[in-house]
Order: sequence, then C-alpha cells, then structure tokens
Amino acid sequence: MEARSLSAPAGLRRTRGAGDRAGDALLYGLTALAAAISLLVVAAIVWRVAAGAWPAIRVFHLGFLWHGEWNPVVDKFGARDLIVGTLVTSFGAVLIAGPVSIAIGLFLSELAPPSIRGLIGTLIEMLAAVPSVVVGLWGIYVLAPFDAQHLQPLLGRVFGWIPIFAHGGDQVESTVFSAIVVVAIMIVPITSSICRELFIGVPAELEEGAIGLGATRWEMVKTVIVPSVRGGIVAAVILGLGRALGEAIAVTQVIGNFIPLKLTIFAPGDTLASRIANQYQGAPSNLAVASLIYLALILLAITFITNFLAQRVVKRFERRSARA
Amino acid sequence: MDRGDAIGLRATGRGRRRLVVNRIAELAAVLAAGAAIAVLAILVWSVLSRGAGALSWDFFTKGPALFGQTGGGVAPALVGSLLLVAIGAAIAVPAGVLTAIFVSEFAARRVGDQVRLWLDVLNGFPSIVIGIFVFALCVEVRLPLVGWGRHQSAFAGGFALAIIMLPLVARATMEILALVPNHLREGSYALGVSKWQTVLRVVLPTSFGGILTGTTLAIARAAGETAPLLFTCALAGQATDWNPTHSVSSIPMLIFQNSEAPDENLHQQAWALAFVLIAFILVSSLTARFLLERSRRRLGTAR
Repeated sequence: MEARSLSAPAGLRRTRGAGDRAGDALLYGLTALAAAISLLVVAAIVWRVAAGAWPAIRVFHLGFLWHGEWNPVVDKFGARDLIVGTLVTSFGAVLIAGPVSIAIGLFLSELAPPSIRGLIGTLIEMLAAVPSVVVGLWGIYVLAPFDAQHLQPLLGRVFGWIPIFAHGGDQVESTVFSAIVVVAIMIVPITSSICRELFIGVPAELEEGAIGLGATRWEMVKTVIVPSVRGGIVAAVILGLGRALGEAIAVTQVIGNFIPLKLTIFAPGDTLASRIANQYQGAPSNLAVASLIYLALILLAITFITNFLAQRVVKRFERRSARA
Repeated sequence: MDRGDAIGLRATGRGRRRLVVNRIAELAAVLAAGAAIAVLAILVWSVLSRGAGALSWDFFTKGPALFGQTGGGVAPALVGSLLLVAIGAAIAVPAGVLTAIFVSEFAARRVGDQVRLWLDVLNGFPSIVIGIFVFALCVEVRLPLVGWGRHQSAFAGGFALAIIMLPLVARATMEILALVPNHLREGSYALGVSKWQTVLRVVLPTSFGGILTGTTLAIARAAGETAPLLFTCALAGQATDWNPTHSVSSIPMLIFQNSEAPDENLHQQAWALAFVLIAFILVSSLTARFLLERSRRRLGTAR
C-alpha cells in the first residue's frame, strides 16, 4: 500500500523522453487543430452565406434593404418589410419577456421559499428545452385561436386608438401578435435564468445593509440589487433579443407569412427567418435562391451585432465588478 | 389619511404607501413566475391530451398510411432522427471535447478567451442560417471535400446539427475541465507523468461525467431542431431509410410538415410526435442534470 502510493500506476510509467515529447506535441497539435476548425466554421459560415447571396447582391445592391416588394414571378425581391417584421416581433417579444423575466429572477432569488426554489427554477428551464417546432404547433392550435377570440379583441378595445393596435373586428388567427407571444414564451426561460444568477450573485451584506436601514424588500431591489447588476440585466435581455431575431420555425407557423406588412400587429406578417423557413420546398429561380440567402446574410449581420454588444456589456460589467 | 395617531403600530401615510408598493411588487413577481409555470403546464397538457391517444405499437413500427387510409406510423422519422443525431454527435463530440482540452489545458489565456468568444458567437447564430450555410456548402455546390454533394442527405443534415452541437459540447466540457482540481494534475506531474498522459488518464477520466452531461444536453437540443434540416434534409421518401446519403425523414420535420397539412389525422400524428419528442428531451435533460450535479459534487469533495 505504502510503496504503491509512491510510484505511478503501472500504465503511466512506461513512456519517457522522446515518446513523451512526441505525445505532447501530438495531443497539442490535435487539440489546436480542433480549436482552429471550430473557429474556421464561423468564418466559413460568413463566407459561404455571403458568397451564396452574391448573385442577389449584384442585382439589387443595398437597395434590397429598403425595397419592400417580394415577387418571384417577375424576379423582384426586397427585404424592407421582412426586416421591419423581424424588428417588430423581436422587440415586441422582448418588451413582454424582459419585465417578466426580471420579475421571475427576483422571485426565484429573493421571494420564493428555499424549498421550492430549485423546483420552480427547473420547471422554468424545462420550458427552454421545448423545441421551437412544438411551441409552434401549440401556437397554431391552442394559442392563436385563443388570441383571436379573446386577447386581440380585448387589446383592440383598450389600445385600439394607437394605430399598431387597431383591430378590424375580424378574428384573425395568424398574426404578428401571436408570433410576438410565441417568441416571448421562448425567450423568458433564457433571460430569467440569467437574471436569477445575477441577483443571487449580489453580496448578502449589501442586501442586509439596505434592510437594516429600514428599506422594504422592493426598495432594496430598486436601490441595491438592480443598480448593482444593471449591465448584466441589459446583456441578458440582449441575448434574449438575439434568440428572438433568429427564431424561424415557431414564427413561420403562426405569423401567416404575408407581406406587404400592415400597420397593425393584429394582421398577418412575416420576418426574415420565417420567410427563409417558409421557402424550403424550393424557390422558383436562382435569383430567388440567392435572395433568400441574402436574407440569411442580413439576419446573420443583425444577430452578430446584437450578440457582440451583449458580450461587450457583460465584459465591461465583469471588469467593473472585479474591481469593486 | 392623516388622522394624527402617529404612535400607532399601524403604518400610516408614507410608511403605509411604502408597504403597499412593496406588496404590489412582490405580488407581480409571484404572478410572473406563476404565469411561466402555467404556460409550461398548458403546453405539456395540450401535447399530452392530444398526442398520447395516438400512441400505439403501430405508431412506432409502421410507415405512413396509404393515401385515404387512417392509421400508419412514423417509423421512418424515428430512424431518420436517430441517424441525423448520431451523425451530428459523431462529428461534434470529438471536435468539441478536443477544442475544450486545447482551451483549458494548452492555450494561453488570451487565445483561450478568443476561442471561447467565437464559440459563443457561433452559439448565437440563428439555426436557420446554419441550415442555409450547409445548403450552400454541400447541397447547392459540389465540393471535392464533401463528395455527397448536390442533393439533400442525412450527412448534410447531420453536419448542420453538428454545428449546432459543437459550441454546446465545447462550452460544457470547458466548464467541467476547469473544475478538475489542479492538485490532481500536479500530483501526476510530480510522479513524472508527461502532459499528454496526464490529460488522457487523469483529467479526462475525472471529468467524464461532465462531458457526458454536455453531450446529452447537446443531443437533446439537436433532436428537436428543425430549422437546420429545412434546406439540408427535408424532402424525404415514405419508407424507412438507413442510408445516410439519402435525405431522410425526421421527427421535427414531420411535426412541422404535418402541422401545416390540412388533414386532421396528420395533426394528431404531429401531436403524438411532439409528445415523443418532449418526453425524450425532458427525460434526457433531467438525467443529464442529475449526472452533472453528482459529478460536480464528486469533484467538489475531491478538492
């Protein structure tokens, strides 16, 4: 027993010298190669998508971004309405999901009794594991009819004087509004679990200090917790936004795939990702295919910028809290 | 509201307002969490009540019914999904684990940070864009490297899924490798063991549980992805097909196609498939989570 613990296990003792150097170099080379390939994939995606979009870029140039027509019959394509639709659904979803996620994060970190914290946290994360095609299926047959019969008329009555909430009186199931709700459901688990981690990370002395000075729990949240993790919350919401921008399947199932866009959200619409997904059974011409890939390129650029922004915010936030 | 009873134990005026505001805020937080749980419950209940009834032996073993007939199963989609996820895992797991080893065992910190950053960027790419990329790479053009080109195939679909899985596997492995206590590595070096042997025989076996968890979670995610398959492996035949150079049917694609079909039977099949998919994903991710907790705890006590 004593003697064994002083020498390496039998299998580890054999190689020495040249063999070791070769082994080290081999493993280093192999892992470095894998890392390089992983990074190469990112570059290859950008390059291939840009190259695939090139025929459309040559024909439409940047004007593609602000022309709204999408007409395969005469080979005229433009992305304006799809870009607007993408922004409307994503920001709408974030507007709903952001406050809800922060509230859930606060509930899980400050309010919930410790015995049920883990359970509820797990349940909410399970919502994140539901595939988008299943959320979309549910969206078509359960959520959209409910929206059309109850939610949309109600919102139309209350906010109808604002043009984007104008409700025509018809029960339309496939609407931008349904897509907003579906996407909001999909990003809540992501942002809320990040928020929870942030709130849990706030030092207990700070919270106790606020309570000790006579603050209520809400005042403690408002004056201590939220200000100390503001950057993190922003980053969590931007990450949710990135996910919302790129969601294709669930959106295409409920949004109705229709442009030109109407002014109201209680009408069918379309987004970049949803338009691409909807054309999978084949596009009529090479230019149509290239235009679809052009849409993917725009989507890639938008999500790239949002994710990079989120990273920067997180980085700065981490640096500041490291100094504190 | 000011009645002058300033010495009462009941908060009045400003104090009372602060307490009320506090109550309202607490209530809002509870409601938000309740709403999220309710949505999950309604979703699971919808899938369960509409899908469970259609499950039968035939559902799992038979192909689709002939035109106009009822019944029929989804065996081709089950086989196809298995094939696609297996191909994806076969590419993504080695690449992801090796990348993670490079970052946490070999690379300088700055290089490691860069790899991490770009993996996160890759993870943030919309899955539909990855589908378009693979479509442009090996479906639309023929490259010598990917000789199966110019048509949709399980290889192309599996490759797209591998790109989705790669950052997940790599990040999960990095996290668990960072948890391996340094004194294990130092102990190994002190015994005269070389670096590569230390990595292969000390570090990797210690973190095996964590790597398995990361892989399981990545598989659960990939099994439900539809968007990467739309342009790479969507147009499939009706028969069960094990050939990876053919385009195969798959569970998420079939749900997607059935959900937009006009036939009531196909809708029910979609719900049943959704049930199977959710059951698979929930069971595997809960198991993975459990395993992760266990291996974390083991690493924690080893420290």
